[in-house]
Amino acid sequence: MRLYIDAIGTIAPCQLFGDKLEVPEADGNVLKCIEPDYSAWISPQSIRRMSRILKMGTTSALMAIRQASLTEVDAVITGTGYGCIEDTTSFLTKITELEENALNPTPFMQSTHNTIGSLIALLLQCRGYNQTFVHGSHSFEHALLDAMFVLDEQPALKILIGGVDEWTESSHAIHSRFGKYRRPDIDGSMTLVNESRGAVAGEGASFFAIAGRRSSVSKSMIESIKTFIGPIKAHDVSSFLNDTHVDLVLCGFSGNARIDQEIEKLMAAIFPHAAIGRFKHLCGEFTTASAFAVALASRILANSYNDLASIGYQQHGNPIRTILVYNRYFAESHSLILMRAC
Amino acid sequence: MAIHITGAGVVSSIGHNYEQCFNSLVNGSHGIKPLSRIDSRFAGSLPVGEVAVSNEMMTSQFGLQKVVTRTALLGIHAAAEAVQSAGITGTNWRKGFVSGTTVGGMDRSEFFFPSFLKDREAGDLRDVVHHGCGSVTNVIAEHIGFTDFVTTINTACSSSVNAIIYASKLIKHGIVDIALAGGTDALTRFTINGFKSLMILDEEPCRPFDARRAGLNLGEGAGYLLLVSDKVLEAEGLVSRGIITGFGNTNDAYHQTASSPDGRGSFAAMQEALQAASISPGDVNYINLHGTGTVNNDLSEGRAINRLFNDNVPAISSTKSFTGHTLGACGGIEAVFSLMALERQCVFGNLRFTEPIHETGLSPQREFSARPVNHVMSNSFGFGGNCSSIILSRNMKGQ
Repeated sequence: MRLYIDAIGTIAPCQLFGDKLEVPEADGNVLKCIEPDYSAWISPQSIRRMSRILKMGTTSALMAIRQASLTEVDAVITGTGYGCIEDTTSFLTKITELEENALNPTPFMQSTHNTIGSLIALLLQCRGYNQTFVHGSHSFEHALLDAMFVLDEQPALKILIGGVDEWTESSHAIHSRFGKYRRPDIDGSMTLVNESRGAVAGEGASFFAIAGRRSSVSKSMIESIKTFIGPIKAHDVSSFLNDTHVDLVLCGFSGNARIDQEIEKLMAAIFPHAAIGRFKHLCGEFTTASAFAVALASRILANSYNDLASIGYQQHGNPIRTILVYNRYFAESHSLILMRAC
Repeated sequence: MAIHITGAGVVSSIGHNYEQCFNSLVNGSHGIKPLSRIDSRFAGSLPVGEVAVSNEMMTSQFGLQKVVTRTALLGIHAAAEAVQSAGITGTNWRKGFVSGTTVGGMDRSEFFFPSFLKDREAGDLRDVVHHGCGSVTNVIAEHIGFTDFVTTINTACSSSVNAIIYASKLIKHGIVDIALAGGTDALTRFTINGFKSLMILDEEPCRPFDARRAGLNLGEGAGYLLLVSDKVLEAEGLVSRGIITGFGNTNDAYHQTASSPDGRGSFAAMQEALQAASISPGDVNYINLHGTGTVNNDLSEGRAINRLFNDNVPAISSTKSFTGHTLGACGGIEAVFSLMALERQCVFGNLRFTEPIHETGLSPQREFSARPVNHVMSNSFGFGGNCSSIILSRNMKGQ
């Protein structure tokens, strides 16, 4: 089953929708989203009650809907690694500070991971299929797979599917203590090659209007998805792809030069004619970075950018028709998403 | 292609395995008692359904070298039983694990948090290493060796029914041959205070579907079904204990935490499940209700049932009157109870029911009763309007 991307809504640390792709400057070891004026999308009464992840999630979904000229969708499928951590932290703080007395229920109500997908359903009055995957850095990939299952049964459905995670000060403090990020006093963006100083934290929301059939508005197509736990082997990649020709391998690395180089070598051996590009210096590291990568890859496949130097791609002139998105989340997991131009 | 159930495992406040839970359901002995295991101002008073096993006991029983979250421990408890009871001997099957949870590793994170709140460098990191829902699932998956495809779903209280739905699709699409699916959730201070702040906790043992119901009791536990394809069933020479014949997943799209008055989401989920199973409302012999005991849920679920089943309402009951509401685990636990109804040919009682809700007039099954059961419907509805319904049926082939 193939997924056709009809429209994309992305809120990310970089601007994805121009014809130039610029590398954002990190603030210490954090890349935060360039957030839009939410009042153009959501009513002021609603905005007041919403955490950043809810604003980013719903707005990116509404952007995709508007771009696709849809008034309704049939299903909403969401992937989020950590969910609504701002509201979770806020409720935990109040439990501690107020010693379990007189608590405001709003942060609790909005703390469950499915709040994003259900709020989108509420805003769009979508009473159809609604699902939320919360499996770390595979959350978005497993949502994509679910969309394939749904469209296999009912190919005429229009599905909204997205990946979203928010950066918060407290989650950053905890991840930092696990040694995930580079030292905060090193300024500037992540470099393109052989980054050995650790990852830069990121965040983002990307929602896609997906169809099971190609149409005049199809921007790109997702052909297959595979997730891996533990180290990735050449056999895993080649058996997944079955000798598919790939023009560009778009890699998401986590700031460990030794592992990055190994993977690069592995990809170069499997795809000797493919260029290798990188994306995580554009969005930072977070559990649904692959949703950003799919948005970026879709834009590249639609020939949206004047040049691709900012992803490390130098082979000007060669059309990019097939992209393999490879994503690694620290040492924990990997995924492959094969995409084609429409 | 049929999705067969060959194994089941459950742990809840009414028993630590399938037989114990079944006996409690038969005898009408519930597990709702004052909160005892959590450091909270509600300890000693608030009625909840706690599992009477300590983390230390489970850690040593499972031979774990490190301390993991209670959500993972309860999950391993039920998952191991499901795998053991499944009778699978082949070693080359691709095995998937799909688990629902709402709190993930919160039981330890909330222990970490007060020190962390005072000082960002304080608190033992081992308490938050498995905070993420997916991390809890991975711990269970590794313990039971189901690692070919592992994922986690959180759609609040419908999480584990959605896990069973997704696992069925993984088998149908040939991603895995065998899948363990259901959910796990531990009681936490976080959820107790959350539901308290929403003012939907009953100070007494809950009274689902009763006119005087005053809210829910929280519970904890885990429940999993082991699902296999026809091919695996045949190759392993196993007997199908039941079949997942239909499911429905919809959204109420009404309010973040309240169901629509007419239960449009639950109606649609039940209707979809019936259509997928190709059966009519009259074929359903028993509905294991979502039946939380809140004023809102029971009214809208009851109205939806009346609208869908008309004069044909089958035996209905909420086993949450025994276990409490186990949140992300309830769909898994109740799927195991639904399997019991099929295997043991019976329906379960709905404790503490005295008077029907005026608007629906529905009277749930009061006591355990042996009777023919071919199709069971199990409902799970969650915050965010997530409504799921699943149908388990007897395998009629060769009988």
